[in-house]
Amino acid sequence: MTDAPLKTPEPTVDRVSEAKSSSQWRDVWKQFKRHKGAVMGGGFLAFITLFVLIGPYIWALEATKLDIRAKDMRPMYTVLWNGEAKVGWAHPLGTDQLGRDLLSQLIEGGRASMAVGWAAMILALFLGTTIGVLAGFFKRMDFWLMRFTDLVLSLPILPLLLVAVTLFRQPLRANFGPEMGMFILIVGVVGITSWMQTARIVRADVLALKEREFVLAARSIGTTPTKIITRHLIPNVMSPIMVSATLGLATAIITESALSFLGVGFPSDFPTWGKLLSDAVQRMEQFPERVLLPGLMISLTVLSVNYIGDGLRDALDPRIRGR
Amino acid sequence: MLTFTFRRLVLSIPTLLFISLAIFMLLQMAPGDPMAQVPLTVPPDVKQKMREALGLGQPVHVQYWKWLVQFFWIEPQVFIDWLTRESWTLGWLPDTSFAEGKLRVISWQTRGPVMSLVVQSLPQTFWVVGMSYVVGVLIALPVGIYSAYRHYSIFDQTGTFITMVGFSIPPFFTGPLLIVIFAVQLGWLPSTYNTVHQVVDWDSFVIQMKQMVLPVMVLALQTTAQISRYMRSAMLDNLKQDYVRTARAKGLRESVVVMVHVLRNSMIPVVTVIALGIPAIFGGAIITENVFKVNGLGYQLLIALFANDIPTVMTLTFIFAILIVLFNLIADVLYGVLDPRIRYD
Repeated sequence: MTDAPLKTPEPTVDRVSEAKSSSQWRDVWKQFKRHKGAVMGGGFLAFITLFVLIGPYIWALEATKLDIRAKDMRPMYTVLWNGEAKVGWAHPLGTDQLGRDLLSQLIEGGRASMAVGWAAMILALFLGTTIGVLAGFFKRMDFWLMRFTDLVLSLPILPLLLVAVTLFRQPLRANFGPEMGMFILIVGVVGITSWMQTARIVRADVLALKEREFVLAARSIGTTPTKIITRHLIPNVMSPIMVSATLGLATAIITESALSFLGVGFPSDFPTWGKLLSDAVQRMEQFPERVLLPGLMISLTVLSVNYIGDGLRDALDPRIRGR
Repeated sequence: MLTFTFRRLVLSIPTLLFISLAIFMLLQMAPGDPMAQVPLTVPPDVKQKMREALGLGQPVHVQYWKWLVQFFWIEPQVFIDWLTRESWTLGWLPDTSFAEGKLRVISWQTRGPVMSLVVQSLPQTFWVVGMSYVVGVLIALPVGIYSAYRHYSIFDQTGTFITMVGFSIPPFFTGPLLIVIFAVQLGWLPSTYNTVHQVVDWDSFVIQMKQMVLPVMVLALQTTAQISRYMRSAMLDNLKQDYVRTARAKGLRESVVVMVHVLRNSMIPVVTVIALGIPAIFGGAIITENVFKVNGLGYQLLIALFANDIPTVMTLTFIFAILIVLFNLIADVLYGVLDPRIRYD
């Protein structure tokens, strides 16, 4: 549309300039679409998100409702090899030893796991970007902020997470209720312990960017440092931030599930994927689906997020994008 | 290089001190009471005396200082005493008794020294974690090399997919899954790790190997996934370089080009990644140790945490921190040694 004046009549012009001019993000999207795994990962993540978001409205059974008569039901597909299995369309994925419906538990647990994952990822990104930009932009803070980052990087993360969660469980539960308190705690500790890589990458990029002419130009017309950061620097470091966002989401989901698995996560009547898995491990010989289904949900979500990260990294790298 | 190593060693002391202070302050804020398990019939003044006997009556900085002294001064003395008395390398030296009558870091659970707990569980962790790391690296390197050499081949595609899956499946899922398949359905391998099992002859050695297979598999899957990805991308970077074309143009055999010229250059980042991954795998082994009931450091940490045993938690977490700082240092130094282009001074 607007590219008409760009067309030049000379026949020697190479094909690149004749091509339709496109924005950076359209190029990125084009490259991203070529990564098959990333597109499939994106599709699956969208499916899972929809599944946990609108799932409770379609499958309206309450996840924590006990129905002791219908306990230990098997999923519908067990009929294929075992005609006498206790199955029923009322509970298509079966029930647990207290008669709670597995499908609605998976939906409810997915909500918790995804909420924790997204919130912790956003917190970590916020911390990492702030510290990275501050360290890169203000020379005086650089040394101390980076020493601090190195220090945090050499902390033993998983042991400290365990310590923090066991120690602060009681006071936070007392103040915010068992579920909200645990949510704040897990999001807090995961976010606080996973911002370092983002900060390092952002700092390195900001250090390079702030020597560029457009920052000088902005400074020369009297732009304040805050405006330079928000208008000129942050948009330019968006691509590494997005890649570390995907990694952060994957780590946060795994960490939450690991904490639940080790028994320091959410309270026992509040399902999350990790909690469902760890509760079912004792009886997994008789009821393997109770371990398999939540485990598959965690693994597939993390796998799809990792594939999206892979695709994004390729798409955002201008050296690869041309090819 | 030597000055750099020395400088880094000196710098790691304040780092470790800060980490220990951070862990200590975190534990100070703990609401748990070590007297919670004591029967209610014990009168409060006796409880108070018991608390003081555990060293809880004193101000925070005194407690921290005492822990520092115990960990950095008395425990090494105990170690030296052990060296001169019982070890076979230095046992010929005259017996020393530096630590005679001095107070060591005492666990609130066992009322014994924390270090003896560590000494008991360290071999289990080393066997399982160390073995899995070796196995993982040994699988990862050839896979990475071959999938980079045959870029976009079927092998590369499958390899990348499998490493991605290994990257994404958490150990608390693979662990139970492998137990169900190999221990329950097939019955080939034991489902838990028997820590008191002693290797005396060939048969018991076979049993030891069998019980190590599952935890090693779970941990090695993670290691393989990470390291083969690094190996592959490092090889890919180097295979496109001009010196590779020169080597081929000189008429060198393909095996020499790939296995000597390219591999040696690609190993530089990979070796540092391998070194950096060692402490992480110790931390990550907490989950695997719990799944298979391996009585290692991570398992001890979890037990101590649930029992409110603060000295043990403090010491174990700090040991993990020492491992991380140490291997970061090793990775940095290795990078400088292997790559002459890197100069730190």
